[in-house]
Amino acid sequence: MDQPDQSQCHALLTYLSDYVDGSLSEDLCLELEGHLAECQDCRIVVDTLRKTISLYHRCAADPQEVPGVVRERLYRTLNLEDFLKH
Amino acid sequence: MSESDVPDFSIEALRSGDREEFARLVDATSGQIYRLALRMLGDPQDAEDILQNTYIQALRHIGEFEGRSNLSTWLYRIAVNESLMQLRKRHPEISLTEAVGDQSEEDDYAPLHLADWCCLPEQELLSSEARQNLDEAIQRLPDTLRIVFILRDLQGLSIQETGQALGISESAVKTRLLRARLRLRDELSRYYSERLGNRSE
Repeated sequence: MDQPDQSQCHALLTYLSDYVDGSLSEDLCLELEGHLAECQDCRIVVDTLRKTISLYHRCAADPQEVPGVVRERLYRTLNLEDFLKH
Repeated sequence: MSESDVPDFSIEALRSGDREEFARLVDATSGQIYRLALRMLGDPQDAEDILQNTYIQALRHIGEFEGRSNLSTWLYRIAVNESLMQLRKRHPEISLTEAVGDQSEEDDYAPLHLADWCCLPEQELLSSEARQNLDEAIQRLPDTLRIVFILRDLQGLSIQETGQALGISESAVKTRLLRARLRLRDELSRYYSERLGNRSE
């Protein structure tokens, strides 16, 4: 496995969040991508980090309904029973 | 709750006690608030308490809402504060908002698992068992990291909004977010690499 400079792997880790969010400065982006071209381990970390975030985003998009009884108790507590839609 | 998800509400009507407008607000936002509380606390009864307290506090303090932030962000801040109070009751020794430990501890960053599981098919990555693992992995994060991850990556708040909701700096949000994401990546790598192993057998 090609592993050019482990201290660089460690230093670049601190930029990964900004990198996967697309908010890293151009200079650091170029530095990081130069390292990724040579370091398979870091490529795997970046790819699986992206995948991790994307899986959570997918789950977050699942609709969340308040369970019926919880909703009824909420509306009663707030004196909004008249507006309970069934 | 991103700003585009929630319709506009009349702050004037809410301030003057318009119950229909308040019901419309509850209807549009309660699902997101309940999910937030459930994830923050991991307990349905606690989540229901947070849900009720959030709107009770919102009613009580709507007169103080200055409109500088989005109404949904304001509600979030109330729900987050209520959740933080509940968490502090559970763990009074832990500081959730002070930036203790946000510096150094670089060993936290070191990835332990280097399997490339991205190639697993979607039905395995998002099976019901895998989804349960995703939820459990969040619950295993320390409170300080879990809350930042939930607000930023699950609820879609910006770095700035997350910092405002928690009363911490943007750099503290970024540090905690990175740690949370790397820990979850490690947890998921451990889980999915077992599935990779099963496939190659």
